[in-house]
Amino acid sequence: MGLLGLRATLAGPAVVRTASRALPKSAILMPGSDPLLQVSGLWKSYATPVLLDVAFDLHAGEVHALVGENGAGKTTLARILAGLVQPDQGHMTLRGRPYAPRTKREAQQLGVRLVPQELNLIGNLTVAENIFLDHLPHRAGWIQRRQLLTQARTLLEQVGLGQLDPACLVKTLGVGQQQLVEIAAGLSQRCAVLILDEPTAALSGAEVDRLFDQVARLKAAGTGIVYISHRLEEIQRIADRISVLRDGRMQTTQPASALTLQQMVRLMVGRPIDQAIRRRSKPPGPIALRVVGLSRPPAVRDVSFQLHWGEILGFAGLMGSGRTETMRALFGADLPIRGQIFLHGSSHPVTIRSPRDAVRYGLALLTEDRAAQGLLLPLPIRANLTLPSLPAFSRVAGWLCRAAERLEASRWTHRLGVRCHSIEQRVCELSGGNQQKVVVGKWLLRDCDILIFDEPTRGIDVGAKFDLYQVLDQLADRGKALIVVSSDLKELLALCDRIAVMSAGRLVATFQRHEFAEERILAAALSGYLSSKTHERSSPSTTACN
Amino acid sequence: MAQAQPDQLSSAHRLEWRRVLTDYLGMAVALGALIAVFSLSTEHFFSATTFRTIANQIPAAVLIATGMTLVLIMAEIDLSVGSVLGLCSAVLGVALTRWNWPAWAALLAALGAGLVCGAFNGIVSQAWRLPSFIVTLGMLEMARGGAHAVTNSQTQYIGPAIDWITSTELAGFSLPFVLAVLMVVVGQLVLTRTVFGRYLVAIGTNEEAVRLSGINPRPIKQVVFVLAGLLVALAAIIDTARFQSANPNAGIGFELQAIAAAVIGGTSLMGGRGSVVSTFFGVLIIAVLNSGLAAVGAKDEMKRLVTGAVIVVAVVVDQYRQQLARRTA
Repeated sequence: MGLLGLRATLAGPAVVRTASRALPKSAILMPGSDPLLQVSGLWKSYATPVLLDVAFDLHAGEVHALVGENGAGKTTLARILAGLVQPDQGHMTLRGRPYAPRTKREAQQLGVRLVPQELNLIGNLTVAENIFLDHLPHRAGWIQRRQLLTQARTLLEQVGLGQLDPACLVKTLGVGQQQLVEIAAGLSQRCAVLILDEPTAALSGAEVDRLFDQVARLKAAGTGIVYISHRLEEIQRIADRISVLRDGRMQTTQPASALTLQQMVRLMVGRPIDQAIRRRSKPPGPIALRVVGLSRPPAVRDVSFQLHWGEILGFAGLMGSGRTETMRALFGADLPIRGQIFLHGSSHPVTIRSPRDAVRYGLALLTEDRAAQGLLLPLPIRANLTLPSLPAFSRVAGWLCRAAERLEASRWTHRLGVRCHSIEQRVCELSGGNQQKVVVGKWLLRDCDILIFDEPTRGIDVGAKFDLYQVLDQLADRGKALIVVSSDLKELLALCDRIAVMSAGRLVATFQRHEFAEERILAAALSGYLSSKTHERSSPSTTACN
Repeated sequence: MAQAQPDQLSSAHRLEWRRVLTDYLGMAVALGALIAVFSLSTEHFFSATTFRTIANQIPAAVLIATGMTLVLIMAEIDLSVGSVLGLCSAVLGVALTRWNWPAWAALLAALGAGLVCGAFNGIVSQAWRLPSFIVTLGMLEMARGGAHAVTNSQTQYIGPAIDWITSTELAGFSLPFVLAVLMVVVGQLVLTRTVFGRYLVAIGTNEEAVRLSGINPRPIKQVVFVLAGLLVALAAIIDTARFQSANPNAGIGFELQAIAAAVIGGTSLMGGRGSVVSTFFGVLIIAVLNSGLAAVGAKDEMKRLVTGAVIVVAVVVDQYRQQLARRTA
């Protein structure tokens, strides 16, 4: 499904719903009234710049939506506003006074609250305790249980969880309910500014409606709301103004009525591609890997694709669209799975029940989180490189031939250009880019030929990225089959021969190199989250827990 | 670029030697200092008798601590070693006295008991992914109960039946001492020079990364628990022979001594780091401390106070030493 599909869906039920449940837009932007929160000249960079000279303002009683691609800087901006992160530069004022919170607590005391995207609840505490975690009602240290439960119940009713027992443990709830509890926690204290980061990611249509009722109530009470979401049609329903971020730069801020969906998409994309890394596609080789109907609900649903030798296949999609989960399922890292996997053009499926099986078949998974899943940080480069292929360095009874091990480790360190002073250097002392090269090296040393890269350039600076692109390019040219999962669409456009797009757990479209167009890919990535599909995705949330 | 870089290889050698030095030099210096202090403070200490006594006392502790070190390196723990020693000893004693088994069969039975206990620890903790702390705590009680059940809670006097174990001498050293040192050497070589040893360190460092590298960590961990059990059985045989009796209460508190020795030797309870040779030094330090304090006339309570303090000091020093090594590396 391409852009046409998106248009069709937009023109359909969405419009009807928008009309029926439209919120009263505030008398937009009373000119002359001072903004509640104002930000200007905001800069922030980690390994790479994330926010560049961003300006943003929010009025009391306004819903200001923030949209942009993955990594555009939305969440970083939200975290800065909420005091979780400090900007490198920039000036912020709250109610006309300078505002520079150093901690979350300080921001909350001044009335700014963030409901984060990732769930931050503590599974072993009750719903009520989670809601009031940082201000539990107590007398001399004793928690006032009855008061706690009553207050929690009121808040739960507001978010539509009236039937939920506030005394049940959070870990027994589904993701959608947890998200609502998180929102209830956000509502638990009066605040002047409420930041909602992807609040509806796990919510069904009815739950979204309920949330919007609460947003309307807060708005009427004069709270300023920053609303971050990928779901553009929701934004059109609820926002008074919309700001579009792209690569850390504020593209535009306009009244919601002045922007159409298509305009928003167009503003979100459009960074020029670095010509130097553009891949020259060759005719694909024979089939290396064929996946049919791979499923691991709810994250992965009926994913089918094929991969050729000498090809780089990109996987695009939004956060949480099931790309990582698909790769882990394919690699046998998470069980059980349904579906069939065929290798080397064979018509007999192979059984992959563990990473061990996968590696034996020549698959390699380079995980998203290098430190936690890919590397032995305190151990030397040598030990990391040889880990998957250790038995090859032993001739008798598991005795390691250390000279051979050192030689091979040294060779790959050099071949991949890992910057280090010795192969005995501990991996934790290397930069992100060099660590990633070590991970690549460990699989090449094992002679794996189907390599799955999950976010290979995350946290890597620009120069090292370029190095890594060349490594990937050369691997494909030497006949290896590569899958690259990335949230950086530009990277995929430059690097891949084909791009598969996942949305809400399904593979929704595949584009050949000559069909590459950012807008079409982004539209496909958003397609699974539009109206009709939102309902079937989530479970009903009003069931009380036992 | 297919050729290895010679400068990289030679610097790898240099680094390795430096690591060996920093690992063992500190321990040796500490041990030497202890011996010097006790030798200066009392004339009774520095004598062949003292060292012979120590050499006779420590083999069991060395064997147990060696197994414990391997377990700790893979970020697990075995709390059952003391009780398993009691059980193995009990089986050996009862097999010799009550069942009148030949010595070789009784010894095999003792080893079998150690193997079964180790296998239980390994299989149960890995099959159900339970913390080994809990599983081996259970085994601690079960094995002690087993030891009392087998012996009816009575010490079995076995006489000189297996005296040859302690009386045999090789180049002036008793057989148990030679065996213990041999196990330390073998353990260290396995740890540093074999695929298996590398897997242990890797599992202790990051088990998930090992799994995703296509290696199944579970059988490896199970084998280590079995090895630890067998080493405990060997220790039980040696102590039973030394005391000529099997006491169902033998080995109480040995698990903590073994952990203390490993920790003094710089083994991390978080896994991924440790050395069997350093643990051997740890056992020696504790043993020298004990007999030295006895020689200067310290009472039992004072001995425990000092030993406890030494453990804490050793860990603190180790922290500093590591930071220093990291800075100079």
